[in-house]
Amino acid sequence: MNPPGIVAAGLHFENIGKRYGSLFALRHVTLEIASGDCVVLAGRNGSGKTTLLRIAAGLSRPSSGSLKFSSAASCTKDGQVKTGFVAHATMVYDELTAEENLLLFAKLQGIPNAHGRVQLLLADVDLADRRDSLVRTFSRGMRQRMAIARALLREPSILLLDEPATGLDPHGAAWLAGTLRRLRDGGCTMLMSLHGESEVSAMATRAVRLDTGKVVADTASGASLKSILTFADA
Amino acid sequence: MSLLSNTTALLGKELRTEFRSRELLTTTVVFVLMVIVLFSFTFETSSESRRFGPGLLWLAFLFAASLMLQPCFLREQANDTLSALRLSVDDPFAIFLGKLIANTCFLLLTELLLLPIFAVLYNVPILPVLGWLVLVLFLGSLGVSIAGTALSAVSAQARMRELLLPLLLLPLLTPVLVASTQVTAALLDPAPYVEWKGIGFLAVFDLVFLTALWLFGEYLLEE
Repeated sequence: MNPPGIVAAGLHFENIGKRYGSLFALRHVTLEIASGDCVVLAGRNGSGKTTLLRIAAGLSRPSSGSLKFSSAASCTKDGQVKTGFVAHATMVYDELTAEENLLLFAKLQGIPNAHGRVQLLLADVDLADRRDSLVRTFSRGMRQRMAIARALLREPSILLLDEPATGLDPHGAAWLAGTLRRLRDGGCTMLMSLHGESEVSAMATRAVRLDTGKVVADTASGASLKSILTFADA
Repeated sequence: MSLLSNTTALLGKELRTEFRSRELLTTTVVFVLMVIVLFSFTFETSSESRRFGPGLLWLAFLFAASLMLQPCFLREQANDTLSALRLSVDDPFAIFLGKLIANTCFLLLTELLLLPIFAVLYNVPILPVLGWLVLVLFLGSLGVSIAGTALSAVSAQARMRELLLPLLLLPLLTPVLVASTQVTAALLDPAPYVEWKGIGFLAVFDLVFLTALWLFGEYLLEE
């Protein structure tokens, strides 16, 4: 059963292409991601994982093709599916405290009872006792938890994560895996880019490998999860 | 309604981060103070001060503004917070509005702090025309902030960003500089008068550029 607020949603990339001048970042990417799926994007640096995630988040427009969301119900005021994005950068302000950061984004997103939601999330990511500390005093792991809390503010149906385990120690990685597992079990659809096998990748229901902007292997087409994550031949 | 609440939240963030770090205000105030003090030694008579003072004052404000506007969008890139803002607001114009109101406040604060020093060093009485001076400072600073905030968003994504902003900003703001100087010179004249043409020009400039930013600002933030 989905936790209150989370509505299952899937996404469909149809023949997506993205070029920066003469450089093709993505070529004819077609992917159907069912609601509740936890899909890992694997691939070497520059293979197009981040570009695909930024297109899914709505931060970048595809040069060709289209992206469609499927949802049992519309979630935001203007009827769009709610997405959360954890980028490689933390996307929070160093000069604001943990609480000020989350309150700012909660207000911008028009979240009702923003203060209560922020306190709940700070407790969830284990930063309640550091709520009044400036983010610039945080370690990499704490910043990453802030990034995840910010992405979860509006209870997203689809969570997009760009290498979320980067810079985390084993304890942080275990915390991340536990949090993501809880969200997946709650019905949240996840698309994340990862490098190699980890505790986080173990919860994937599907893996896709990108190479020079193209999908070259997919567990949905019979490739093994391990081969995709380790870049071995399928 | 969401534009207003988003702008208020973003303005609060801009003011809080600036008053916490005091990066922009300190640099700008020190820069303008140095220019005003240095040039005060070059004018011997009061008539010389009245003649050249207004132009010098606005030139100092313009250079100070270009210093102040440079980090406006640049510091959103450090942690990719601009992406977080774009994902959070319904109307991207709120991002510009929050920043340009904050920039106008910072610039006005600098000007109001340094205006009495200018009056003393250049021996020009400002009290009888203070209301009009504040109006021209407001209209001029608003024009500088609107154009500067928009160009700061453009230059932040470019490769030679430190060079690009002044290169784009200074020619674009020349008409504002000329109009503001003319109005200020008229106000500081021994027989002060209001140069309505200049005030009208500044108001129209602000309105046109604000409308353009509202219509096309979204495209300036795209990757």
